[in-house]
Amino acid sequence: MEERPISTISFHQFLNEEKLMGSKCKKCGTLFSPPRPICFKCFSREMEWAELKGKGKLLTFTCIYVGPPWMIAEGYDRKHPYCSGVVELEEGVRIDARIEGVDATNPEAIKIGTPLTAEFLHRGEEGRMKTFLAFKPL
Amino acid sequence: MQKRRKLGRGVAIVGAGMSKFGLFKDKDARDLLVEAYDEMLSSVDKGVDPNDIEAMWMGNFTSDFYVHQGHWGPIVADLLGHVPKPVTRTEGACAAATLAFRDAVFAIASGFYDVVLAGGLEEMSKVTTEEATEGLALALDGQYEGIAGFTFPGVFAATAKAYFEKYGATHEHLMNVTIKSHNNARFNPKAQFNASVRDIMNSRIERAKKRGDPVPTWKDEREFLRDLNFNPMVAWPLQVFDCCPISDGASCILLVAEEIARNFTDNPIYVIGMGQGSGRPLHTKEDLTYFEANRYAAKEAYELSGIKPEDIQFAEVHDCFSIAEIIHIEDLGFFKPGEGYKAVEEGLTRLDGPKPINTSGGLKCKGHPVGATGTAQMYEVWKQLRGEAGERQIPNKNLRIGATHNLGGTGGTCTLSIFERR
Repeated sequence: MEERPISTISFHQFLNEEKLMGSKCKKCGTLFSPPRPICFKCFSREMEWAELKGKGKLLTFTCIYVGPPWMIAEGYDRKHPYCSGVVELEEGVRIDARIEGVDATNPEAIKIGTPLTAEFLHRGEEGRMKTFLAFKPL
Repeated sequence: MQKRRKLGRGVAIVGAGMSKFGLFKDKDARDLLVEAYDEMLSSVDKGVDPNDIEAMWMGNFTSDFYVHQGHWGPIVADLLGHVPKPVTRTEGACAAATLAFRDAVFAIASGFYDVVLAGGLEEMSKVTTEEATEGLALALDGQYEGIAGFTFPGVFAATAKAYFEKYGATHEHLMNVTIKSHNNARFNPKAQFNASVRDIMNSRIERAKKRGDPVPTWKDEREFLRDLNFNPMVAWPLQVFDCCPISDGASCILLVAEEIARNFTDNPIYVIGMGQGSGRPLHTKEDLTYFEANRYAAKEAYELSGIKPEDIQFAEVHDCFSIAEIIHIEDLGFFKPGEGYKAVEEGLTRLDGPKPINTSGGLKCKGHPVGATGTAQMYEVWKQLRGEAGERQIPNKNLRIGATHNLGGTGGTCTLSIFERR
């Protein structure tokens, strides 16, 4: 059983290891994504890690033309927008993610409900590596 | 079981001021606050001795990021000549000034103070659009929404898409909000954009003619708004005219205990309802087509005031994005969920409609210096309820109850405040 603290830092470490993790309340059974230390249904602290399969469907999205500095650094700008969305996972919980493998210049063609699978984007150099969660169409 | 809330004693607004909102090269937040403060002082009908102001609460969101200035409290105290009296900075993203107002009301209602200033200030124009976007994105949940690439407009764009999908609205419906807000702002001299969409369209045509450029052939303002060359995409489906601008500005109001209000004016505006709620980021929201914090804040404010949504005759709501105005007027109970966009289309929220919304022009046109917006919305309600709104005065002669709705971040902090003229 995974012993890491239920935390945002651990969540991002897992992403780096290409694992999408949530947490499950041992008391009331509610599943959370991303993980949280306190259950907002029953206030229990008894949480355990739950690995998510990384399969889901697109719940909503946008194509962004003016992005934050790290997206601009990746080459995205007013002429090259990118897609961000909310994905509803098979387990019933949701996660925010970059949506890859779609044409962000043609948002009308991107359909809500599109089946998606997780992808882990490793960026930066050794030692300062960061992993971004993305989803792409199956 | 939640008990019924009440204020320890009544509180009234007896003065209000706001600076002009806009982009100012030669003015900073301090200059703008003095402008707002001076108007506030001169708006107190029977006068106020500045020495009688006992404390201040001042909203500010990201001066730390935009102009490298934190800890505004003592700077404001010193600037306005109130050292050593206490000034507390409040931060609730774009709802910062309403949180200042709330704390000021609590301070008076508790009996601790009798005369308190509440306001806000923000200076955003000294950075690039990209930096301004980055600064605003500090109000997101950075570890989840932010890292997924969401910007502020991005979150509202994703919300718009979810709303469209659920209720069948389209971007054409959002245009109705923009056109309505600009029509109101025509009559607001303090607005950053005090021109109708048609005025702006015509000025672009004139400019093209003058420069000898190809003259655009838009047949009406909707065609102009559809033109991506003049109204570019920010975060699909939201275009520039769906988004409030980057602005500098300040605003403040003078609050006093109800029992002394008539020492200051024969026409005070009473605070009868207040509510504040918190919401979750995109991934944890139960439904992406409304703001949980809105509904909680509204319930609290309606319970405190004992009035119903239909009793609110007009409101300033937080239209940081066109879609937001539509969702707010549903969440506050003015219209049913999924009916807001139809209400705007039917003209129900126009200045001369049954439920005027954002008579000031809203954040979209008046401007949105984030930390100053909450009390600037109250400034508009103060003007309207006292019949001092000039050309944008609501035609209803029996105006008695108005409200302000202020949202912080992407719905993380929402407030509803209700005001009455007696």
